[in-house]
Amino acid sequence: MEQISNEKKLQEMARQIRRNIITMLAEAGSGHPGGSLSAVEILTTLYFQEMRVDPANPRWPERDRFVLGKGHAAPVLYATLAEKGFFSREELLTLRKINSRLQGHPDMKKVPGVDMSTGSLGQGFSASVGMALAGKMDKKDYRVYLLLGDGEIQEGQVWEAAMAAAHYKLDNLTAFLDHNGLQIDGPVQEVMSPEPVVDKFKAFGWHVEQIDGHSFAQITKALEIAKTIKGKPTMIIAETVKGKGVSFMENEAGWHGAAPKKDQAAQALEELA
Amino acid sequence: MEKVATRDAYGKALVKLGEQMPQVVVLDADLSKSTKTHDFKKVFPERFINVGIAEQNLLGIAAGMAASGKIAFASTFAVFATGRAFEQIRNSIAYTELNVKIAATHAGLTVGEDGASHQAIVDMAVMRALPNMTVIVPADATETEKAVFAAAAHDGPVYLRLGRAPVPILFDDDYKFEIGKAVVLRDGKDVALLACGIMVNEAMKAAEELAREGISARVINVSTLKPIDKGTIIKAALETGALVTAEEHNIIGGLGSAVAEVIVENAPVPLERVGVRDTFGESGKPEELLEKYGLTVKDIREAAYKVIKRKKG
Ligand SMILES: Cc1ncc(C[n+]2csc(CCOP(=O)(O)OP(=O)(O)O)c2C)c(N)n1
Ligand SMILES: [Mg+2]
Repeated sequence: MEQISNEKKLQEMARQIRRNIITMLAEAGSGHPGGSLSAVEILTTLYFQEMRVDPANPRWPERDRFVLGKGHAAPVLYATLAEKGFFSREELLTLRKINSRLQGHPDMKKVPGVDMSTGSLGQGFSASVGMALAGKMDKKDYRVYLLLGDGEIQEGQVWEAAMAAAHYKLDNLTAFLDHNGLQIDGPVQEVMSPEPVVDKFKAFGWHVEQIDGHSFAQITKALEIAKTIKGKPTMIIAETVKGKGVSFMENEAGWHGAAPKKDQAAQALEELA
Repeated sequence: MEKVATRDAYGKALVKLGEQMPQVVVLDADLSKSTKTHDFKKVFPERFINVGIAEQNLLGIAAGMAASGKIAFASTFAVFATGRAFEQIRNSIAYTELNVKIAATHAGLTVGEDGASHQAIVDMAVMRALPNMTVIVPADATETEKAVFAAAAHDGPVYLRLGRAPVPILFDDDYKFEIGKAVVLRDGKDVALLACGIMVNEAMKAAEELAREGISARVINVSTLKPIDKGTIIKAALETGALVTAEEHNIIGGLGSAVAEVIVENAPVPLERVGVRDTFGESGKPEELLEKYGLTVKDIREAAYKVIKRKKG
């Protein structure tokens, strides 16, 4: 599939991905809408504008890699991969069902286009560091992208990995922090504040960009800047709204891990029409 | 008999392996001088990654490198590899079936003076319980080198259990190591002594003593704990009618348990387990600890008498 350069088309794609998310979660009857919806623009930009991937050859060695650190947001990844052509849109309806390739959390052995199995928060970060290190060692020019949750960064392993990425000067690694302010038990600020995140990542040796995570223009610009930064990995702190695009899900911690019922899904799809 | 620690053999084997396989990378967490990955680092600095004191990240980065085509050997002490980073091994390495070889040193009581905090005695149990994981416990330097090459050739995760203390070299270069194959080192018909790691040599000595006392003991080196060689174990059970296991590990979950699982389902015979009796170790010299915790030739010999007495008929 062609890359999309036109903002309007990206917006249409994002809306389609949101509809996929709602439809698949309603069909599955369980799963994580909030953190899937907050990351739609980020994944849309990555897969339809930025990353070099080939749906016909998902294991292509030269491809750019994407690691979904916050693996519970599997629906946004599956919805995006389906639109990109890695598998059919119909298959999305098998999410979380017996014998499906679409596990509750991404499984790299099952799903074409999934570069790392995740679900245990914090582990994806180290894996992305390993991929970036291997790329440097092999003098390959592929880039590695990572998406972290703002609750996820409470994990100790995140900071081990952040330290290592800067130490090994992994400028081929670009991470997004989905700064939606919520985790399961409530506001990240109240549960266990990781702030100030900008200063923390700077102190850990990263180049930091701060953007509106729902603005295609800002995501694109930050990705462009990341490619010019030498000798450092880049952390893009994306201000987002958990549940973005569905009025009754926005900024509600309760929609972290609850699937919409039939009528709720219908209302959401109407909003996303 | 010449003595060499299996960790030393590991370091040397890595260098040879590195020469033959350019896709081999080695990772360590600030213990390269102890785990001997230092040897590899000296020859192939560009293929060596020190992650600092961060074992979760050690195994996670190894997984990412393996996902990008590398054969990643990751080393630290067995306690930290399988304890601190257990869940990284579970979710990022075993579940994904990635080509990470967890070569953990300082396993068992023979760590010695550092004491219980550093003596891995449940690592075999937890690694064996993981789907997709191969578990290898070499008995000497020769077997270690062969196991390192076999692990590199094997597609998927491997746990390689290595020791700190020098142990006698038992095998020469003709010794055949194959993943999943237990090796009968000495034939016998009255009892079979199944051992792994440093306990193989003790089992051989026990068999010699028993022979002098008129008892014919078979000795089997079960260096692959998983997948375990059922055929050789069942044959020993059927032909000798009495088994003794010996391991430098808790008697819960390790070799004794693995052998028990095989025989109760296939050829039930009495079994006695020599190992750490569900307790933590302490500081001391390796030999003192083996003596105090019941891991000596004498313990194996006594277990043999006990199990023979339990035979029916
Ligand atoms: C190691 C680990 N601990 C706990 C969980 C359970 N869990 C799943 S999602 C989540 C909250 C994540 O919050 P955040 O990272 O902010 O994600 P987002 O808001 O983007 O959905 C938790 C605690 C997990 N998956 N992994
Ligand atoms: Mg959050």
